[in-house]
Amino acid sequence: MAEGNIVAKTGNEAMAEAMRQINPDVVAAYPITPATEVVQIFANFVADGLVDTEFVPVESEHSAMSACIGASAAGGRTMTGTSSQGLALMAEMLFIAAGLRLPIVMADVNRTLSGPLNIHCDHSDTMMVRDAGWIQIFSENAQEAYDNMIQAVRIAETAKLPAMITTDGFIISHGMEGINILDDQEVKKFVGEYKPEHYLLNFDKPLTVGALDLPDYYFEHKRQEIEAMKKAKAIILEVGKEFADKFGRSYELFEKYKLDDAECALIALGSTAGTIKAVVDSLRAEGLKVGLLKLRVFRPFPKDEIRDALKILKAIAVLDRSDAMNANEGPLCLEIKAALFDKCLNKILINYIYGLGGRDIKIAELKNIYSDLFDALNGKKIDSVNYVGVRE
Amino acid sequence: MANVKDFSKSKELFTGGHRACVGCGAVIVARQVLMAAGPNTVVTNATGCLEVVSSIFPYTSWNVPFIHSAFENAAATISGIEALHKSWTRQGKYNKKVNFIAIVGDGGTYDIGIQALSGAAERGHNILYVCYNNEAYMNTGVQRSSATPKGADTTTAPVGRVRKGKEQQRKDLTEIMVAHKIPYVAQAIVGNWRDLTSKVEKALSIEGPKFINVFQPCMLGWSYDPELTCELGRVAADACIWPLYEVVDGEYHINYKPKVKKPILEFFKLQGRFRHLMKPENKPLLDEMQATIDKNWEDLLKKESSKQQENPVKAV
Repeated sequence: MAEGNIVAKTGNEAMAEAMRQINPDVVAAYPITPATEVVQIFANFVADGLVDTEFVPVESEHSAMSACIGASAAGGRTMTGTSSQGLALMAEMLFIAAGLRLPIVMADVNRTLSGPLNIHCDHSDTMMVRDAGWIQIFSENAQEAYDNMIQAVRIAETAKLPAMITTDGFIISHGMEGINILDDQEVKKFVGEYKPEHYLLNFDKPLTVGALDLPDYYFEHKRQEIEAMKKAKAIILEVGKEFADKFGRSYELFEKYKLDDAECALIALGSTAGTIKAVVDSLRAEGLKVGLLKLRVFRPFPKDEIRDALKILKAIAVLDRSDAMNANEGPLCLEIKAALFDKCLNKILINYIYGLGGRDIKIAELKNIYSDLFDALNGKKIDSVNYVGVRE
Repeated sequence: MANVKDFSKSKELFTGGHRACVGCGAVIVARQVLMAAGPNTVVTNATGCLEVVSSIFPYTSWNVPFIHSAFENAAATISGIEALHKSWTRQGKYNKKVNFIAIVGDGGTYDIGIQALSGAAERGHNILYVCYNNEAYMNTGVQRSSATPKGADTTTAPVGRVRKGKEQQRKDLTEIMVAHKIPYVAQAIVGNWRDLTSKVEKALSIEGPKFINVFQPCMLGWSYDPELTCELGRVAADACIWPLYEVVDGEYHINYKPKVKKPILEFFKLQGRFRHLMKPENKPLLDEMQATIDKNWEDLLKKESSKQQENPVKAV
């Protein structure tokens, strides 16, 4: 295992630190409300001459992603950071970044989309752009956010797709943790040098990027992008394995926590998984067979692997930190249900929407969800979609 | 400064075979800008006529590196490319001098793109932004833009029983760019290649953000015979509807002062978009428009002479 050192960092500081070590050619960003501190911490690294990066303090998130698209298409390693409304304003350009197959890496702090204006954590921002063609990787804590950022560079550049690494707003972004920071040289070696195949600043081969793609070609290009996203799964696993071999912390598509012999389990994204682990431990001490599937990679969605992991379960609760406005369930639950549809429908599957706009989820509430699952197994009827911790 | 002989020998950087309308002025702008800029140029384009006619996959008219991504963001996109060039140059990874040029229509410049343009100008990127200004959204079906002149007939400010086309004056974007205090701002026309190419060459010799607003007649949206494109540009300059001038480091210089100023009617009568103004009952509107053009011209003359009085030695 490589040497590292434990330091106290917030999630934002951890992500900015990863960016310093990655040392991208260009960072373009804008502080929309709610602003992410990641970029201003990084701006200090620029001011102190600690990075080679050209920092472009643009006048909007739309321009941030546009400048990133320019820089990335021109051949540079390019990063940005945003949150909530900023991600929404970028939405148009996110699809284009993916369509042009540009490996831009973004730190996205998950915060509620307005309105009403809120600024606290939920996943509505990331879920809004879930079909934009970006690899989406969630983090449970600051350590994972740091590790994920470093891996994302390799993943994006190999897959030729952009990638966003998310942290839960305030809970991770502003929470201080002791995290293991890798040696600068180790990170430099791990991310390597970016060598784009085709790029605008190569005048030996003038390149046209972003051509008008009419019905005779568009579908094939989209199909290739979809295939690239499918193949990204193996790349994520490969990069995760290399990271684990070098630095000792293991990363896969999801984490199974006491799941293999469980009867009832929760599925969640982000920081709530940490709280659920405590609940699982507590219920296990009472003799209940409970577990957790913490999903790390939301796009590409690992449906086959999830279906296999859930096979032995009898009852499952899916926790969604965003709502799909009267779709069948929340966005994560919809995906899980669709994954199970082929072969595993003989299960209880219940959706819980929680934590919108930064509302805390409490241990007692999570315990109640497990109780619901056991009650459902005993024949009690539980609504398919439930709202946790809201005044009805 | 290059002449026709030089240009005739240089490689075409914007090639034929594109799908522009017959008599299109936008492709004339693209070709002449690139003639002046030369091969070490990266071009970015906003969604619009020029982009859709010149880069239909798998074909391209661009013999220089080219990128298009969206409608409102050409200034931001070129900022990103220029930023990478700066970064690579600083890191010692790259040593070629490159021109960074955005070529964008008036919709993508005056309206939805003005924020990105203003931001790029304020940040001081070493870019040249060329607006091919045909005074409406031609690619999407001749809708009015803030560059559309008062009285013009467009599909979203049409001439009807009550209304007589666009009711507002056009925005003076050239002066907005002057107010950014960038080192070079100019107006040019389709129909005077020497003036346009000289301005592009001059702009590219200056470090920092530069802006050229090129008046570009559009036979489709303005409704005239296609062979008149260059002529209409020249008539606009003769009528002082689109004066040719430069503002270098805040100093005004008018490049062309017509010996006899043509009445705006000479420009209007050639185009379908102003057909309704030829009716006797609309004469008051025509007179009002003439008065506005006259005043704008007088104001411009004053700006030039006041600068010359302030800096008599530097006067051109």
